[in-house]
Amino acid sequence: MFVTPGYAQEEAPALDEAHTVEGPEHGGGSFPPFDASTFPSQILWLAITFGLFYLFLKRAVLPRIGGILENRHGRIQQDLDQASRLQEEADAAVAAYEQELTDARAKANVIGQEARDGAKASAETARKKVEASLDKKLGDAEAHIASIKAAAMKEVGTIAEDTAGAIVQELVGGKLDKGTIAAAVKAVR
Amino acid sequence: MANDPIHQFQISKWIPIEIGGLDFSFTNASAFMVATVAAAGAFLYLTTSSRGLVPGRLQSISEMSYEFVASMLRDAAGSHGMKFFPFVFSLFMFVLVANLLGLFPYFFTVTSHIIVTFALALLVIGTVVVYGFYKNGIGFLKLFVPSGVPGVLIPLVVLIEVISFLSRPISLSVRLFANMLAGHITLKVFAGFVTSLSAFGAVGIAGSILPLAMTVAITGLEFLVAFLQAYVFAVLTCMYLNDAIHPGH
Repeated sequence: MFVTPGYAQEEAPALDEAHTVEGPEHGGGSFPPFDASTFPSQILWLAITFGLFYLFLKRAVLPRIGGILENRHGRIQQDLDQASRLQEEADAAVAAYEQELTDARAKANVIGQEARDGAKASAETARKKVEASLDKKLGDAEAHIASIKAAAMKEVGTIAEDTAGAIVQELVGGKLDKGTIAAAVKAVR
Repeated sequence: MANDPIHQFQISKWIPIEIGGLDFSFTNASAFMVATVAAAGAFLYLTTSSRGLVPGRLQSISEMSYEFVASMLRDAAGSHGMKFFPFVFSLFMFVLVANLLGLFPYFFTVTSHIIVTFALALLVIGTVVVYGFYKNGIGFLKLFVPSGVPGVLIPLVVLIEVISFLSRPISLSVRLFANMLAGHITLKVFAGFVTSLSAFGAVGIAGSILPLAMTVAITGLEFLVAFLQAYVFAVLTCMYLNDAIHPGH
């Protein structure tokens, strides 16, 4: 606390001095931004630097950045297009797969149906064939029986005539002519 | 001397050049114009040199500034305005980089001189007027006659519109200039408090913490202002260019 006032007293005049020294130094020129004597130089150098800057940006920098951005947008668009194309392809593949699946299912049904029909038809023909052969065998057998019966019947007539002739001979003792006996047998029959 | 907040705007001749009685010396201001252009141009050129499909950080900055200005111009002036894109982009980058460079200690702020901002504003308004008449002929004057105004009011409205048009270069240039000037003076004054107060010993050093904190905060604010003023300058340029392209309101 003893020291600080001392410093203050020492420093205060120095500060004042500094201010008074400053005064005349910039009092001579006006406020720098309004000092018209610097204007031609500032305008000239602004025109040169800004002009070159403008040309440099317009010729070199902006086409380059524009190209980079365009390139990127093009690439993104291309990637999106490709992605959607692949998506479409995948959808088409799924659709084709399902189509094939339904086709295969339908074909399987058709094949099954055909197999069933074919089996049925062949069974039917086989049955018909067997029936036909059985019918034929039956007809043959009946015809055979009929012929045997006819033959037997014929035999029976002869046997009856012989028997009748033999009986008449035994009983009556005479011989009858065959015609009479045959007629008599026929009449009995 | 060291605390003089105006000293930082002083122009000193580096290479004296005089043509026809006019002083065209290469000054510290000229040097910083060159530095601004070189820094901005080199940054934009070098960061995009790899033309990466996937941009790096620095390339992203260049691309973002490109798209930022492009969308600003497209929103304000439509797709017809895109022919002015190199112009608006150059203006934006020049003002932005000049403002940002000026924030480095001991660096000169190009945009803290009214003549520089006024020259840029005149360039904008000159472009608007020349292109407006070139594109629309006499129809460009429709700019001063808003549609749907009752006949009695037209003279008054035209007067107001003319005054507002004429004040555009002034407001455009003064806004940028005053922001830069005031910001740098404020910074210097607060920084000056720190050195003056710390000369008063322990109490002074304790008291200088507040202006030091203010200096830090204002430095942050000035970075925002540097960007914001470049943005405002570019946006207003876009809107004025829109008037040249579509003069009917």
